[in-house]
Amino acid sequence: MSGDLNRREFLRSSAMLAGLAVAPGVLLYDLAHGKDQPASSSVRWGMLIDTNQCEEGCDDCVKACNKENGLPGGTGPADEQWIRKVELKNIKTGKITSLPMMCQHCAEPPCVDVCPTGASFKRADGIVLVDRHLCIGCRYCMMACPYKARSFVHEPLHDQKPEVPRGKGTVESCTLCVQRIDRGENTTACAEACSKAGHKAILFGNLNDPDSEVSKRIREVASTRIRADLGLDPGLHYEGL
Amino acid sequence: MDALQKARRETRGFYLLTMLGALIVAMGLASAHYMEEHGHIVTGMNNQIVWGMPHVFAIFMIVSASGVLNVASIGSVFGQKPYKARAPLSGLLSIALLAGGLTVLMLDLGRPDRVIVAATHYNPTSVFAWNVLLYSGLFAFVGIYLWTLMEKRMNAWSKPAGLVVFVWRIILTTGTGMIFAFLVARQAYGTAILPPLFIVMSFAWGLAVFYIVQAALYGWNGLELDAAILKRMKNLLGLFVASVIYLVAAYHLTNLYFAKQAEFEKFILLEGGIYPLLFWGGYFFLGSLVPLFLVYFPGMGASRHVLFASLLVVAGSFCLLYVFIIGGQAFPLSIFPGYEVMSTFGDGQIANYTPSLPEILLGIGGLGVAFLITTVGVRALNFLPKDE
Repeated sequence: MSGDLNRREFLRSSAMLAGLAVAPGVLLYDLAHGKDQPASSSVRWGMLIDTNQCEEGCDDCVKACNKENGLPGGTGPADEQWIRKVELKNIKTGKITSLPMMCQHCAEPPCVDVCPTGASFKRADGIVLVDRHLCIGCRYCMMACPYKARSFVHEPLHDQKPEVPRGKGTVESCTLCVQRIDRGENTTACAEACSKAGHKAILFGNLNDPDSEVSKRIREVASTRIRADLGLDPGLHYEGL
Repeated sequence: MDALQKARRETRGFYLLTMLGALIVAMGLASAHYMEEHGHIVTGMNNQIVWGMPHVFAIFMIVSASGVLNVASIGSVFGQKPYKARAPLSGLLSIALLAGGLTVLMLDLGRPDRVIVAATHYNPTSVFAWNVLLYSGLFAFVGIYLWTLMEKRMNAWSKPAGLVVFVWRIILTTGTGMIFAFLVARQAYGTAILPPLFIVMSFAWGLAVFYIVQAALYGWNGLELDAAILKRMKNLLGLFVASVIYLVAAYHLTNLYFAKQAEFEKFILLEGGIYPLLFWGGYFFLGSLVPLFLVYFPGMGASRHVLFASLLVVAGSFCLLYVFIIGGQAFPLSIFPGYEVMSTFGDGQIANYTPSLPEILLGIGGLGVAFLITTVGVRALNFLPKDE
């Protein structure tokens, strides 16, 4: 009988000791990883891009993206471009339109469907990302993306930004500045730069919140999504297209 | 003494061939290493043409790996004796080609060191991931099938094993076609005709490869192919080549009928420079019409004609794959229909692609892998077709 009690006490004190040993580690892990809240599906990050405000020849959004994410900014065929300026000319009317083009953060992303390892994934808050540890560099996602939004890293990398890890031989694309969002900020580098330049063509926000500025505006103005016919439900809306 | 000399000569020949194969494989491996050290910048591939020459070689070998099994299927599933005598060689070639194709695909990855991730992390919605299972399955089933053929006590099981291999190879090539058929937004792909097209292409290319290897083996051993068997094989080759023409024509005619696809077809068939040249001159004329002539025209159809026809079918297949894979990517994505498009990222522009030496050597290295496996296999085990 007393032997039983001893065993019980022994187990209890062992468990407490183990807990004491592990707890600081868990705390440190949380500290190191910043936000303790996972991405929530109550949020869907998205954008409304007003092409009427987007100025032809201005590429402040591109420069800001490159700076924020530590991209070299080359424009050769093998260089990475997470965001690019596209100039459109309507074949019938001749009307010129200018707009920024990047990952459209689809709700039904083809890149995620085709990725063999699950490296391409969609977060609960709608951001489509590439897990740099799982990407094997097969480029099937680049074949599948209807927006040509993805780039493959063709050369060894230097001077990476610690909060934007990248990797030679893997695929990458616009992250909606996920590092900012996870810090609790409410804007992306491109949207910020566009506002600073006085164009305010990029409006970023939570599409699931009916009271957010972006949701209100999408309700008010006529907007469309690029290749809406594909039914992929992109998170980026365009006005004036 | 004579027999001894002959054996010695054969051994010397075998080692020479093995060394040649090993040298080609080594060149491929060195190229892959160079590509991994420097990144894909040393290839002609870029963010517009994301799949290049390695994929042309790899897909040729993977499609042919299924196709060489024609012979086994006709022998074991449909009970044709002359084909059954060739079934072991057909199985060996299938394993060799699949190994060669997968070697190229894996070594072309941006991170070939992580290839194991494809096994540890599996995305069930990805056709690529399905293919990982299909390829492993083919190795396993063909291995078992070869066992039932070569182990006398297992012979009774060769028919069911052959049936499993037959079904599996059809599913496998369907999967290869689906890699492209499931691409929603590219004009060249995203159509349900691709899986059947790939299956019929596998029939033609696989039989051509089989015939070439068989001719080499017979030549090496001073044997002559039986006239009746030659006639069967050449007629079948002709039928398959004609069937590929039919499905390729159906693919392009359907596209031509859709106004939204007209520009793409104009590019591939008329104005795209290298692509129409390879399509009409390489695939259609040299790779299809001339082989049909060599096989069917009165006075033709001798073994040397059929061998030449088979070589042309293989050359034509490379042309067709180049047009399909690289031409299909070179034509710009239709992101903004109705607009002229300009950007720094090649939007609205025809993409340029010049294959570099390392990626071509990597592809040839894959052929070397298939060659080496075949040479060693034929030497070590009894794969030479024997007719009763």
